[in-house]
Amino acid sequence: MHLARLTSAFLSLFVTSLCLNEATAQNTNEIVAALDDHVVAIDTSFSGSKVLLFGATEGEGDVIVVVRGPSRDEVVRKKGRIMGVWANKEEVTFSGTPVFYNIATSGTLTDMVPASTRQRLELGPDYLNSYLASSSRDIGDAKKDEFWQALLRSKKNNNLYASEAAQVKFLGKRLFRADFFFPPNIPIGTYLVYVYLVKDKDVVSSQITPLFVSKIGAEAKIYDFAHRHSFAYGIIAVIIALAAGWVASVVFRKK
Amino acid sequence: MFLLLGMGGAVGFLSGMFGVGGGFMMTPLLIFIGVPPTVAVATGANQIVASSVSGVIAHTRRKNVDFKMGFMLLIGGVVGSTSGVWIFTALTALGQIDLVIKLAYVLFLSVIGSLMFFESARALWRKRRGYNLSGNAHKRKDHSGWQHKLPFKMRFRRSKLYISALLPLSVGFVVGILVAIMGVGGGFIIVPAMIYLLGMPTSVVIGTSLFQIIFVTANVTILQSTSNQTVDIVLTLLLLIGGVIGAQFGARAGMKLQGEQLRVLLAVMVLSVCLKLGFDLIVTPDDLFNVGLPGGH
Repeated sequence: MHLARLTSAFLSLFVTSLCLNEATAQNTNEIVAALDDHVVAIDTSFSGSKVLLFGATEGEGDVIVVVRGPSRDEVVRKKGRIMGVWANKEEVTFSGTPVFYNIATSGTLTDMVPASTRQRLELGPDYLNSYLASSSRDIGDAKKDEFWQALLRSKKNNNLYASEAAQVKFLGKRLFRADFFFPPNIPIGTYLVYVYLVKDKDVVSSQITPLFVSKIGAEAKIYDFAHRHSFAYGIIAVIIALAAGWVASVVFRKK
Repeated sequence: MFLLLGMGGAVGFLSGMFGVGGGFMMTPLLIFIGVPPTVAVATGANQIVASSVSGVIAHTRRKNVDFKMGFMLLIGGVVGSTSGVWIFTALTALGQIDLVIKLAYVLFLSVIGSLMFFESARALWRKRRGYNLSGNAHKRKDHSGWQHKLPFKMRFRRSKLYISALLPLSVGFVVGILVAIMGVGGGFIIVPAMIYLLGMPTSVVIGTSLFQIIFVTANVTILQSTSNQTVDIVLTLLLLIGGVIGAQFGARAGMKLQGEQLRVLLAVMVLSVCLKLGFDLIVTPDDLFNVGLPGGH
């Protein structure tokens, strides 16, 4: 079934690439890619999910694939001793940090593109730009770096950022595939998949595909309800508890 | 999931055996297995709503609830718990809530644990020596204390008391704050306060305190859901199911043990939970850094 899905996807890919070639005659897209599934559905039993990306290049070259989650503010807190007890003492807020970051390459990234390109395109978690939120603007560079490294470490430990680049595998000379694993703790939102074609140490073509990570099933409904109608959620929580207590007392009396 | 059912069962067993609400055991246990302290506290409050309801129904049948007194405690409790949730939200934004929850537990568990331990150990020791226990158990009602010089006096028929309304109001207020921050019913504070500070007869204390605990914990549940979204209904239900079943067996097991032995046992457990929490606060953490979302949004 997987194979059938893959084949049909490949077929549609070629059709798309043909159309693209016709439509943009001058600026031919030298790389096209697609995902086997555009939605990562998190249900109650979600234990992580694999998403397959496949595509084709025009001519030979190296491929870099980056998966980026939506950006948000993150607070990094550092503990210190206050009267013998470990308490959060200092904090730095970074803004516009991707919640998820994964990368796959067909070769060694450092051999493929120069450092300036890695920095410009933010290739790899260690090349992500760090932005301080307005509340943390006045800290020094050393402190900023210390806290930023702590953030990267925490993200990598939680499998939300890639510790090292995964492999883009070439099937023949033009077809490639890359497997991405999404751990159970991924935040929901619209993710973007960037595909870059590298020739002679330069990125010559790119494509962006969205990937939706969303919660489904009962848990999602409860989560959604708790956040959107939090007052009603509270009332229901109390009513359930009252009912459960009453049921318990009835059961107790009979015994 | 089975771990949670089991924990509900274990705490239910203890609360049935010792006749305590169990909130002050449940919240630290939830923290130990990795539930965020904020969720543990809010969910704990929700679970106590349920266990108090079944308690109150039983006590109302025996006419052991002083509704007028309960109502005064309740007003204080609602104001106190509302301020408590407000403090909770402010501390979350500061990133200090986890610490405050744990410190509050270390403080209260150590005081209550050691009081209980020494009191029951002394009782056990005296019993062995053959002393008469009933000597100072009943204190004469003292009408000259500062409690009786306060204004706004009110008559509480069922408790056979004529005291200032300010007393139950402020007891309720203090306990309300604790309910919000610690996720406990507060029975272990309010029961001694009602007996020693208000001078209520012991027979109506439990029912009346449960009556007010229902409303205060319900208030906390609603406020925590609204301002912090930290109530987990699914977790509550799992703990409840385990708790109800555990309490049945606990009550049976409790009848086979002596009162003083039970209390020594409970005291030892309270103290060990307290030691574990305190130890975790003092020992150097593996990673000094932690990452979270900015609060107050």
